Amino acid sequence: MLAKRIIPCLDVRNGQVTKGVRFLDNLEVGDPVAMARFYYEQGADEIVFYDITASNERRGIMLEVVRAVAREIFIPFSVGGGLRTLEDMRAVLLAGAEKVSIDSGAVRNPELITQGARAFGSQCVVLSMQVKRRSPSAQFPSGYEVMIDGGRIATGRDALQWALEGERLGAGELCINSIDRDGTKLGYDLEITRRISESVSIPVIASGGAGAPEHLYQAFTAGAADAALIASIVHYGEYPIPGLKRYLMERNIEMRLDQLTG
Amino acid sequence: MARVTIVDYKAGNLASVARALEHLGHHAEITDEPLQLCRAERIILPGVGAAGATMENLNRLGLSEALRNEIVAGKPFLGICIGIQVLLDYSDEDATECLGIIRGRVLRYPSSVDGRFLKVPQIGWNRVHQLSSHPLFQGVPDNTHFYFVNAYYPLPADPAVTIGTSEYGLRFTAALARDNVVATQFHLEKSGAPGLKLLDNFCRWQPARC
Repeated sequence: MLAKRIIPCLDVRNGQVTKGVRFLDNLEVGDPVAMARFYYEQGADEIVFYDITASNERRGIMLEVVRAVAREIFIPFSVGGGLRTLEDMRAVLLAGAEKVSIDSGAVRNPELITQGARAFGSQCVVLSMQVKRRSPSAQFPSGYEVMIDGGRIATGRDALQWALEGERLGAGELCINSIDRDGTKLGYDLEITRRISESVSIPVIASGGAGAPEHLYQAFTAGAADAALIASIVHYGEYPIPGLKRYLMERNIEMRLDQLTG
Repeated sequence: MARVTIVDYKAGNLASVARALEHLGHHAEITDEPLQLCRAERIILPGVGAAGATMENLNRLGLSEALRNEIVAGKPFLGICIGIQVLLDYSDEDATECLGIIRGRVLRYPSSVDGRFLKVPQIGWNRVHQLSSHPLFQGVPDNTHFYFVNAYYPLPADPAVTIGTSEYGLRFTAALARDNVVATQFHLEKSGAPGLKLLDNFCRWQPARC
């Protein structure tokens, strides 16, 4: 049986880690390479780097971060943020990332998913979706809309339809990021996470809103998620990863413990 | 310090295996030249990729024959992920004739078990149950988690070659060994400290001459 994965997400701007609250007013909290090594040693199952300024700034700084991280951690890590072309994806993978996470770039050019899957394999391509709750309607049957560009722009697309299309186009995993919950610490949006997870045959990662250990438990049970992204819940030392894993194991969630390092 | 030659078949994540070896203090070289395999001390065929494209590239570059020769010659060999699957006779993925070094075939994981839906590919950390005290496992506790990314699994004809199993819809061979050959379904280079330990064990392994 597969263990559920806990994935710290590091938002990086200009080579420094930040954590946005509702994507605005970011505060700097640290060096991404040091933080990645720390979470690796703490038992993170995977790490995600999100280059939040990549859309409009040079990508070189981020690639340097990726190279440095790849020399120090030996678990999968992915990089997202502003990836628009196959060459953007290739650069990140060659620098040492295991996976790329594509988001707004895939909405604008869905073919990017297929190109990435053909060139590097589906397992390399994570389709990250920003979703926002709407009244269910003919346009949004799932009651959620896909947003892009840090949640600023509405696309008119239904979230579940886009998830299904992403899978069909070749995405290897889906990350469902709730705009409504991001940075709120109110818990993941379990409804859309479960709807999508039960409708696709690829792993689904819950994202946005984790503020307490029970939120992870909910994501893995009521949310039917295969993995959960966490940020502020660990970044400020409130709930270290080993404690989160113990909490979940006590509630019969299969967790990976690194038995060589404790 | 071991000198390890990594086979470059123009698809896999070669650099991450090289980085892991260097982190452990070993020397890694990456090559797509059959002649370099002749000079190699130990060989790793790393993973990620589809069986069809992998075999096509190995054949085109003359690496299939070189690998068979070096394995018969008794060099320590490690296959990772697609590198375990192409050791067998045949893979259902792309209906591919493989290297035929280990008898058996490669099958797709079931899409459901007992009416319950199973996500394929398997992506994530799964426990490996050790069936033998092979030197590869030295210092690694039984049922340790390793990182898997596969839609297909190997089914060796001779169950005795299986040294580790995992469960994903069914019990499958997660690690196998025969003479100077070892191979894993999981990614040693992405499995944290236990993965690095297995990789280091391979680098120190002196198989009995066959």
